[in-house]
Amino acid sequence: MENLERILSEHPFFADLDKSFLSLACGCARNAHFEGGRFIFHEGGAADNFYLLRQGRVALQISAPGRGANTFLTLEPGEVFGVNWLVPPYRWSYDARTLESARVIAMDAHCLRNKCEADHDLGYDIMKRLMPILIERLHATRLQFLDLYGAHV
Amino acid sequence: MRRAFSFSISTALMSEAADPSGRAAPPMVPRIAHVRRRRHDAPDAWTLELEMSDGAPLRYAPGQFNMLTAFGVGEVAISMSGDPASGPLVHTIRAVGPVSHALTRLGAGQLVGVRGPFGVGWPMAQAAGKDVLLVAGGLGLAPLRPAIYRLLGERARFGKVTLLFGARRPEDIIFRHEVESWRGRFDIDVEVTVDHAGADWRGHVGVVTGLISRHEIDPAATVAMVCGPEVMMRFVAMALVDKGLAEDAMYLSMERNMKCAIGHCGHCQLGPTFICRDGPVFTFARLKPLLSVKEL
Ligand SMILES: Cc1cc2nc3c(=O)[nH]c(=O)nc-3n(C[C@H](O)[C@H](O)[C@H](O)COP(=O)(O)OP(=O)(O)OC[C@H]3O[C@@H](n4cnc5c(N)ncnc54)[C@H](O)[C@@H]3O)c2cc1C
Ligand code: FES
Repeated sequence: MENLERILSEHPFFADLDKSFLSLACGCARNAHFEGGRFIFHEGGAADNFYLLRQGRVALQISAPGRGANTFLTLEPGEVFGVNWLVPPYRWSYDARTLESARVIAMDAHCLRNKCEADHDLGYDIMKRLMPILIERLHATRLQFLDLYGAHV
Repeated sequence: MRRAFSFSISTALMSEAADPSGRAAPPMVPRIAHVRRRRHDAPDAWTLELEMSDGAPLRYAPGQFNMLTAFGVGEVAISMSGDPASGPLVHTIRAVGPVSHALTRLGAGQLVGVRGPFGVGWPMAQAAGKDVLLVAGGLGLAPLRPAIYRLLGERARFGKVTLLFGARRPEDIIFRHEVESWRGRFDIDVEVTVDHAGADWRGHVGVVTGLISRHEIDPAATVAMVCGPEVMMRFVAMALVDKGLAEDAMYLSMERNMKCAIGHCGHCQLGPTFICRDGPVFTFARLKPLLSVKEL
């Protein structure tokens, strides 16, 4: 457990988190490993984990009929994914697939939600860490949607 | 050439001006070049290798541009995209309208008018001794390529050299083989990201600003050179500000409609600034107040 707490504290998402919060959060965490080219989750499935990427690369993809899988974001170590754990109906809205062998910390979503509900200070702290990531991704999606490099811009 | 305009310009524009090749050239009169080679670079972009028909090379600095004439159609500003130290004159052109379409259709041996070089290029002298961060979006890699040749050609004069390049899709990556060969070198870091990709693309997907937030820079020792669509450059500049880079240490290359290219007609005016004469490369410190005015 202590080892996991250290790993958690070294991940940028939890950097400088209050020690007592870290212990609380650690109760929901486990290490996981995925081979390259494996799906970690599929669109439509229950968002039962929140993932902190430690090693390897992960692609987030949406499939469209006739167009196959489209990658809209790739993630590097230090980044997080699976943010659907936070908002009802707690369902994945895209696929996550490893581009190469990946090590992650998987945080049990049910456990994390309960802890945030029981301790709003912890919940607020986690929210403050997630919000900038969500906003940045929303902004990036807007830029992708603008199709910046086309001849019509 | 647009005839009405040619006849209405003052004789001052036809006066002799020294060009860097050492020859005196009237700035409004195109020299003639012929196409040596044409290469397809991206779905809508072609690279032309030109040879000056009079045999005298056209010397230029990285970041400068020429006015190219497609005879009978018109004249447009196009940056040099080749090696300023050697080889033929190279331009990479995206076909967007009548003139650029006509230029990109020219085959080997066909003639093109060339006026230039014009403008202030990339800050190669200021970059000496510093880390250099190049951020390119789409066809914006073309005007940066002469700077990359210069940086690699005089590698010892510069610190860490990094190229962050964002393209629309994998098939839109221009100079693909060259970008791959730069990636294989030890003396330049290259990261490429695309906005959209199929499942078979193994590289980064996401906007180019994402590469900046992941990239470590030493703000006090870095000069940034940025080229791409204006919206992209605005957000890149903000991402660099977030990294602590000073606004006068980042240089952006601007595009505006050009006619004379020598600061006389006012077509390229951006507030008090003429892009053709004072730019196209400017510091963000200078451009920032102008970029936020939507009507300019
Ligand atoms: C300093 C400078 C350097 C330049 N360097 C290059 C270069 O290296 N390669 C290159 O391909 N272009 C470059 N350009 C842009 C180029 O000059 C224009 O694309 C060209 O003027 C278009 O002329 P046209 O007659 O083909 O199209 P127009 O009839 O002028 O335009 C046709 C359509 O394309 C749109 N359009 C015009 N310019 C652009 C553009 N740059 N990007 C996207 N859409 C556009 C117009 O809004 C219009 O809808 C540069 C411009 C400047 C000022
Ligand atoms: S193009 Fe005429 S002033 Fe710049």
